[in-house]
Amino acid sequence: MTVVRPTAFVNARLLDPATGYDGPGAVIVVEGVIADVVKGADPGALSPDLEIVDVGGKALLPGLVDMRVKTGEPGAEPKETLKSAGLAAAAGGVTSIVVQPDTHPVADDPAVVDFILRRARDIELVHVYPAGAATKGCAGERMAEIGLMHDAGCVYVTDADRPIANSKVLQRVLAYAKAFGVLVAHRPADPWLSAGAAATSGEFAGRMGLPSVPAIAEKIMLERDLALAELTGARLIVDQITTAAALESLKRAQDRGLAVIATTSINHLSFNEVDIGDYRTFCKVDPPLRSEDDRQAVIEAVATGQIGVVVSAHAPAPAEDKRLPYDEAAPGAIGLQTLLPALLAFHHEGRIPLLDLIRTVTCAPADLLGLPAGRLAKGAPADLVLCDLDAPLVIDADKLLSKSKNSPFDGRRLQGKVLRTLVDGRTVYRAG
Amino acid sequence: MSTPAPGLNEVLGRTFPFPRRHFISVLDLNEVEVANLLDLADGFVALNRQTSKKLDLLKGRTLMNLFFENSTRTQSSFELAGKRLGADVVNMSPRSSSISKGETLIDTAVTLNAMQPDLLVVRHASSGAAALLSQKVTCSVINAGDGQHEHPTQALLDALSMRRAFGRIAGLKVAICGDVLHSRVARSNVGMLQMLGAHVRLVGPPTLMPAQADRWGVEVFHDMRKGVAGCDVVMMLRLQLERMDGVMAPSQREYFRFYGLDREKLAYAADHVRVMHPGPMNRGVEIDSEVADDLAVSLIQDQVEMGVAARMAVLASLAARLDNA
Repeated sequence: MTVVRPTAFVNARLLDPATGYDGPGAVIVVEGVIADVVKGADPGALSPDLEIVDVGGKALLPGLVDMRVKTGEPGAEPKETLKSAGLAAAAGGVTSIVVQPDTHPVADDPAVVDFILRRARDIELVHVYPAGAATKGCAGERMAEIGLMHDAGCVYVTDADRPIANSKVLQRVLAYAKAFGVLVAHRPADPWLSAGAAATSGEFAGRMGLPSVPAIAEKIMLERDLALAELTGARLIVDQITTAAALESLKRAQDRGLAVIATTSINHLSFNEVDIGDYRTFCKVDPPLRSEDDRQAVIEAVATGQIGVVVSAHAPAPAEDKRLPYDEAAPGAIGLQTLLPALLAFHHEGRIPLLDLIRTVTCAPADLLGLPAGRLAKGAPADLVLCDLDAPLVIDADKLLSKSKNSPFDGRRLQGKVLRTLVDGRTVYRAG
Repeated sequence: MSTPAPGLNEVLGRTFPFPRRHFISVLDLNEVEVANLLDLADGFVALNRQTSKKLDLLKGRTLMNLFFENSTRTQSSFELAGKRLGADVVNMSPRSSSISKGETLIDTAVTLNAMQPDLLVVRHASSGAAALLSQKVTCSVINAGDGQHEHPTQALLDALSMRRAFGRIAGLKVAICGDVLHSRVARSNVGMLQMLGAHVRLVGPPTLMPAQADRWGVEVFHDMRKGVAGCDVVMMLRLQLERMDGVMAPSQREYFRFYGLDREKLAYAADHVRVMHPGPMNRGVEIDSEVADDLAVSLIQDQVEMGVAARMAVLASLAARLDNA
């Protein structure tokens, strides 16, 4: 491991949603750990052993935790490797990623979980946490080795994009995982209504002649999932809520005190179905983009905290999988490198308070998964992002570091430039 | 606006500025362009009825038919249209060539584009395929049907058939009946007929109607008798038989009972009603032979004739732009 001199980042605007602190201060990093957080403009007397870095009033916040990332490793390395995803994450201020199990082979046994952890250790960029498959092959039929994968280091189990259609199977997965303290993430989408769909039903999809799924397919599956969570007492992660109707169901469950946490994706916060425009396949994501009413409802749910976690839903797809007719094109969008500026848009337009926004990508997912990251606290790993919150940038997909360039944000004007990213005190990215 | 059909020489003596490189969607057109295309097509109808049918408007030009879905009538209609205007016509059916060896749509198009065609006529099973192609090639792309999206030359030939039958399109009541959900013919016709001032109704069972079709500016009916009541034109859509067996409708006979066009239901329409169908018909499923073959009522044969003329008008307009470029 690289030896890094103890460093003090002074003259910073500290943003720490875990404590609610937004103000001047300094962070002292020793041996990869936050040795001290000094709040206030004056850092006081600093040890002469420290390298002093004056950040000139820029924002210093905990590195982002993105709990829904796909790479192509193992099995589809031309799309994305753990290394290329790590580079993109570092450039985007994301210091911890949770990779999805639907690789080739599927991460449904401890060997694959172990492989991913070892690869990540060798690459030494950002923290990589595997999610294990909930069922063998993510096929929704037989339980995967949840306990063994948990011991190997998986942070939750999920079948990723594929809903578990058989209620009996999901009931067993929830009940079994609960006994091991393992979280289960499940995509709420009725598989029959969703079959073959490329867009959300409505005027737009109808006019464009696109095969579509009614938005209500999300609520239908979510209602079942919530009932099974209640029955088993398991902790359920709702993998991406994207519709107003499903939010009503979620609210009822939360009001009753059910242990359920919902995520949404930056894509569904930033785009609606009309962005598909003239069949832009970069806007084909799963679940499909929704109506503007749904998008507004989801933004509001993030603002109120009803949706606790925002994910990039990073899903690389190379040009040959996207340069196809819309219904044949692969779904998915890359998002690691654009997550922070895209999220900051809601701060800049005065829609969601800054700390509340940052919470959804730092301490909220970290606490949910039991990770030590996501906070500016003494003893926490020195995963830090230095960011110029106001700096304007135009996203150029070709310049993003992912191997695949399928970004729907291409050409978008955003604010928020990552200047430097540290993982365990090591600088893994520095703006050129 | 009841104007007599202009003669061929008169039409060809006029200039038709057509500002577009491609012919992808009726929504790209405006009313003046459509009126010009219809006038031009009228002239070609006269030409096609002569003994000598050949012009040299497209002499030296190459037209390529690229049909990813089989279609005898549309493909031969374009082929005839191209040949009568003097173009060299090549028919490609990728189903039997490289596309089945894993080549993508765009690879195929780029390969064919390198052979320097001037006009590329494309039919594909995916919505948006023609628009996608048009971004990747240097020739003019004509959409001959993209998935469930559009079939703009069909809408043009339908408009031509209606204008010749009624002398006008504005104010006509047109009921489009059947499988609207999967129909590119319906989508193109709704767009064009609305532009030309017709009142459009969509008629069909809820399972074959797109979500929120009522927001298209049309009236939606699930009861066919009410839907066709007082209509000047009843346009039937083709129904794929595999959707009938309990999938989108319980059975063929049940579908015919409620949504098949027979004399009894047609009696609710206006006395002078004309019946249309883009073909090929499923007799006894969506339309009764007695209605389809009644020449006093049916425009179905006219539609086929107008198809060649309408496509000649599109090819000639696009080629005129190529000449000026």
